Amino acid sequence: MSAETTLWLALALPFAGALLIGLAGRWPNLREAITLATAAGLFVLVVSLLPTVRAGARPAVTLLEVLPGLRLGLAAEPLGTVFALVASFLWIMTSLYSIGYMRANAEHHQTRFYACFAVSLGAAMGVALAADLLTLFVFYEILTISTYPLVVHAGTAEARAAGRTYLGYLLGTSITLLLVAIGWTWTLAGRLDFVPGGLLAGAPFPDGLLVLYVLGVGKAAIMPLHRWLPAAMVAPAPVSALLHAVAVVKAGVFTILKVAVHVFGLDLLPALETGEALAWLAAATMLIAGGVALTQDDLKRRLAYSTVSQLSYIVMAALVATPASVLGGGLHIAAHAFGKITLFFCAGSIYTVARRARVSEMDGIGRRMPITMAAFLLASLGIIGLPPLAGMWSKWFLAQGLVQAGSYGLLAVLLGGSLLSAGYLLPVAARAFRKPRDEGGASGVSEAPALCLAATIVAAAGGIVLFLFPDPLIGLLRQLVAHP
Amino acid sequence: MISEHLPALVVVLPLLGAPLCLVLRRGAPAWGLTLAVSWLCCAGAIALLDGVLSEGVVSYALGGWTPPWGIEYRIDPLNALLLVIVSATTAVIAPYARRSVASEVPAERRHLFYAAMLLSLAGLLGIAATGDAFNAFVFLEISSLSSYILISLGPSPRALTAAFRYLVLGTIGATFILIGVGLLYMVTGTLNIVDLGARLAPLGTNRTVSVGLAFISVGIALKVALFPLHAWLPNAYAYAPSVVSAFLAANATKVALYLLFRFYFGVFGAAYGLEALPLETILLPLGLIAAFVASVVALFQIDLKRLLAYSSVAQVGYVVLGVGLANQAGLTGAIVHLFNHAITKGALFLAVGCLAYRGGRMTVAGLAGLGRRMPLTMAAFVVGALSLIGIPATAGFISKWYLVIGAIEAGLWPVAIAIVASSLLAVAYVWRVLEAAYLRPAPEPNAPRNETPASLLVPTWLLAGACIYFGIDGSRTVGAASEAAAFLMNLAR
Amino acid sequence: MRSVLDHYNYWIAIILMVVGLYTVVARGNLIKRVIGLNVFQTSVFLLYISMGVVTGGTAPIVIDDPDAVYSNPLPHVLILTAIVVGVATTALGLALIVRIREAYGTIEDDEISQLEEPER
Repeated sequence: MSAETTLWLALALPFAGALLIGLAGRWPNLREAITLATAAGLFVLVVSLLPTVRAGARPAVTLLEVLPGLRLGLAAEPLGTVFALVASFLWIMTSLYSIGYMRANAEHHQTRFYACFAVSLGAAMGVALAADLLTLFVFYEILTISTYPLVVHAGTAEARAAGRTYLGYLLGTSITLLLVAIGWTWTLAGRLDFVPGGLLAGAPFPDGLLVLYVLGVGKAAIMPLHRWLPAAMVAPAPVSALLHAVAVVKAGVFTILKVAVHVFGLDLLPALETGEALAWLAAATMLIAGGVALTQDDLKRRLAYSTVSQLSYIVMAALVATPASVLGGGLHIAAHAFGKITLFFCAGSIYTVARRARVSEMDGIGRRMPITMAAFLLASLGIIGLPPLAGMWSKWFLAQGLVQAGSYGLLAVLLGGSLLSAGYLLPVAARAFRKPRDEGGASGVSEAPALCLAATIVAAAGGIVLFLFPDPLIGLLRQLVAHP
Repeated sequence: MISEHLPALVVVLPLLGAPLCLVLRRGAPAWGLTLAVSWLCCAGAIALLDGVLSEGVVSYALGGWTPPWGIEYRIDPLNALLLVIVSATTAVIAPYARRSVASEVPAERRHLFYAAMLLSLAGLLGIAATGDAFNAFVFLEISSLSSYILISLGPSPRALTAAFRYLVLGTIGATFILIGVGLLYMVTGTLNIVDLGARLAPLGTNRTVSVGLAFISVGIALKVALFPLHAWLPNAYAYAPSVVSAFLAANATKVALYLLFRFYFGVFGAAYGLEALPLETILLPLGLIAAFVASVVALFQIDLKRLLAYSSVAQVGYVVLGVGLANQAGLTGAIVHLFNHAITKGALFLAVGCLAYRGGRMTVAGLAGLGRRMPLTMAAFVVGALSLIGIPATAGFISKWYLVIGAIEAGLWPVAIAIVASSLLAVAYVWRVLEAAYLRPAPEPNAPRNETPASLLVPTWLLAGACIYFGIDGSRTVGAASEAAAFLMNLAR
Repeated sequence: MRSVLDHYNYWIAIILMVVGLYTVVARGNLIKRVIGLNVFQTSVFLLYISMGVVTGGTAPIVIDDPDAVYSNPLPHVLILTAIVVGVATTALGLALIVRIREAYGTIEDDEISQLEEPER
C-alpha cells in the first residue's frame, strides 16, 4: 500500500468507523468491537506511515480542489505524524477505558457517544495531516462541532450552558480571527500550503497576523480565551481524557506550532515584535492558570486549569521559535498527552468507584485504589517535568531553547510554572495516600473496572517508555527544525 | 437559428406561458406547463452563459430596431449568470410546486397561481436580459405585481396584509427608479444602459444626474430590502406559500441587486469612475449595518420563516457590502453570493416548506424532536444552514471568503473582522434551530417517522446538494463571477 | 423668483409627489393609501411629459405641415406604459383590500394590526 493511500485511509477510517458504529447501535458488543477495531486499525495505519516520514519522504494527496489554489489536501510531515501517532494510540486506550467507564456508570446515548468520538478522532487526523491552512481549518471546525455532543452528553441545563460556552469560544475565535488570518495569509502569499521553512519566508508582512493566529486558535486556550476548557469538564471522563487533554487541545497547540514552523518559519518569527509580546501572554497564562488550579477543589477542573497552563508551554515554545524550543514543544505534545490522559483516567476511575469528584474528598483514597493513585502520582511527576517521565525531556529542550534565545525572563516563568504544577498536583496524591480514610468510605481495596485500570496503567507506562526511549521521537522532530 | 434568438426567447417563453395557464383552467396542466417552461428557460440560460463566456457580449435588437433607439437585449457575463441563477432555481423549485401548492392553495386558484409564477419569472428574466433602463422598469413591475399576487395566495390572512404592504413599498421603490431613469433621460436623451454611460461621461456630473443617482439608489434599496428599507420583506416571505417564499428568496432580491450592479457600474461607474460613487461612504456601512442588525433580529424570531427572512435581509447586506468594497475580490464575492445565497436560501425555504407540508406553520420551538421524525428533511435544512453560516466546503464559505479577501485587499481590517463576526451571529440563530430540532425532547417521544414525500424531498435535496457541490468545487461559479466582476470593473474604468 | 416660476411644471410634480407620499405614509385607511400611491405615480407621469415638451411644439401626432415642430414623443410612449402599470397596481391593490376586508372586516391599518396581534 503506498503512503498516499495510507494517508487518506487514515482520514477515512474513523469516519467510516463512526458510520458503522451508528449502524451497530443496537448491539453494544458489536458497536464497541467496531470502536476498538477502528482505533487499532487507525494506529496501525499511522505507524505504517512512520518509516516513510522518517526516511524524509513527504507523501501528499489532494482530496478536492475548491478553487484554483484553494484545496483540501493531506500531507504527512514529522510534527503531524507525532500528533497523529499520539492521538491514535491514546484512542485505543481511551476506547478500552470508555467501555469500562460507560458501562459502569450506565450512561445513556452510548451510540452517539462512540460515533461522535470516532468523528472527533477523524477530525483530529485531518488536523494532524492537513497539507494546508484551509484543510486544517476545516477539520479544526469539524473537531469543534463533533465534540459538542460529547460535552453536552449529560443533557442537563448545566451541560447545555457549558456547551454554549464551548461552542461560543471555539467557533467565535476560529471564525472571527483564524479565518481572517488565513485570508490575510492568502492575500500575502497567494496560496495556503504548509512549506518547510515558512510560507511567508522573505515576504514583508504586518505584525498583526501573528496575533490573529495565536488568539484565533482558541483551542490553545491562551488566556483570556481559555474559559471553554474548564466548562468542557461537564463531559464524561473519557471525553475529558482524550479530547480535552489530547485531541482537541493538542489540535490547538499543534496548529500554532505548525503555523510557527511552516507558515512563518523559524527565521522570520523571532524577528517579530508581537512574537515576544505573545510569548509573555503565554507566560502569564502559564502562571495564572497554575495559580487558579491551586484553588480548584473539583479535581477535573483543577486538571483543566493545569492543562491550560501546560498548553502555554507549547505556545511559548512555538513563539520563541528556536530549533530546540520547537523540538521541546513537539515533545511536550506527546509527553503532556500521556501524563494528562492518565490523570483524567484516574479522576474518572475515582468517580466511578467512589463517587468522589473533589480534591477535599480524596482523603485516603490511595489506600482504597492503590494502583490508580500510583498511576496518578507517576503522571503528576510527568506533568511537573521530573524523571523518570517524558515530561522532563520536553521541558529540558524548551529550557534549552529559551537559553538559546536569551529569554531568561521566560525561563524563570517556565520554572515557576513547573513549581506551581507540583503545588497543585502533589497535594492530591499526598492526601490520597497519607490521610486516613474518611468516615463512610468502604474499607478494603476496591479498584476501578479492569478495562479502566488497564488503560490507566498503559498510559502511565507510556510516559516512562517515552522517557527511556525518546530518541525515535526526537529524531523525527529534528527533521522538522533541521530543514535545509 | 434558435440560438440567435435565445436572449429574447428566455423572456418570451414564460411571458407566453402565463396566459396559456389561464386557458388551461386547471392546476395540473398549468403546473406541467410551468415545469416545461422553467426547464426550457434554464437550458436556454445555460447555453447563453456558455456562449457569453466563450464568445463575449451578445447584443440582440428586439423587433429589429437597432440600439440605442430600439430596445436592446444585451447579454454579458453578469446578466448571463443571473439568468442562470433565476431560471435554474425556478427549474428546481417547479417540480416541488405541485404537491406543496396543492396543500396550500385552493384548487380553483391553482392555475392562476402558476400563471402568476410564470409572469413573475418572465419579469425577473426580463430585468436581467434587457439593456434598456425603461424596459427594466416595466419588467420590474411585471415581476413585482405578479409576486404580490403570489404572496397574497398564502394560507394565512396575514398574507394579504403582507402582500399589500409589499405592494405599497414596492410601487414606491419602482416609481423612484422610474424618476431616476427619467432624470437621466432628461440629461442624455437615451434609455439604453450602455448608451447612458457613454453619454453621461462627457457631460460631467451635475445636479440632475446626482438626483437621478439618489432616486435610483433609494428605489433599488427598497426593492432589495436593504436595511432600513426592508420592512416589507419579513412578512412577505413569512406568510407567502412555501414555494413562493423559496422562489422569491432565491430570485427576487437577487434581480434587484443586479439592477444595483448595472446602474452603479454600467451607468454611473462607466461615466464617472468608481471614485465618484458613494461606495465606501454609504453602501459599505449600510451593508455592514444590514448584515449585523438583521442577524440580531433573526436571533429573536419565533417563526422559522421570519427567521430565514431576516437572514435574507442580512445576506443582502453582504452583497451590498461587496459592492461597497469596489475591488475585484469583493465584487466577485458579491456576485458569487448572489448565486450561493440563491441556492442556500432556496434549499432552506424548501426544507421549511417540507416541514410545513407535514405540520403547518413552523415555529422554532415547534421543531422539537423533528430531527428524529423527519431526518432527511432536517438534514437538508442543516446543510443549508451550514452554507448560510459559511462553513468551509459549503457554497456560503466561498462567497464569504471572497468578501473577506476583498476587505483585506482594500485594507479595511475592521470590515473583514465584522464580516466574519456577523457570520457568528448566523451561527447563533442557526444554532437555536438545530438545538430545537435535535436536542430538545420531542413532545410525543414515540411519534413514528413521518418523512416528507419524495416529490418534495428531491428538489430540496437538489438545492442542498448544490450547496455542498458548489462549496467543494467552486471553480465554475467563481470563474463566472470573477469574469462578471472583471467585466464590471472594466466598465467602470 | 422668475426662475422658480418658470419651472412651475416641476413644482407641481414635486408637490404632487410629496402629497402622494405623505398620504401613503400617514393614512391608516388602505384605500386612501392606494389613492396616495396614485397621486404619487401621477406626479411622475407629469414630470416625464413636461420634460418632453418642445417650446412651440404641438402634440407629437403627424400633421400635414412640413414645418411643424413636435414635442418629444418618446416620453409620451413611456408614460402610456407607466399608466398601464399604474392602473394594474391600483387594481391589484384594490383587489387585495377587498380580500383584506373579507378576512378582517376592516380596512383600517391600526385595527388590522390589533386583530393580527394575538396570532403571534
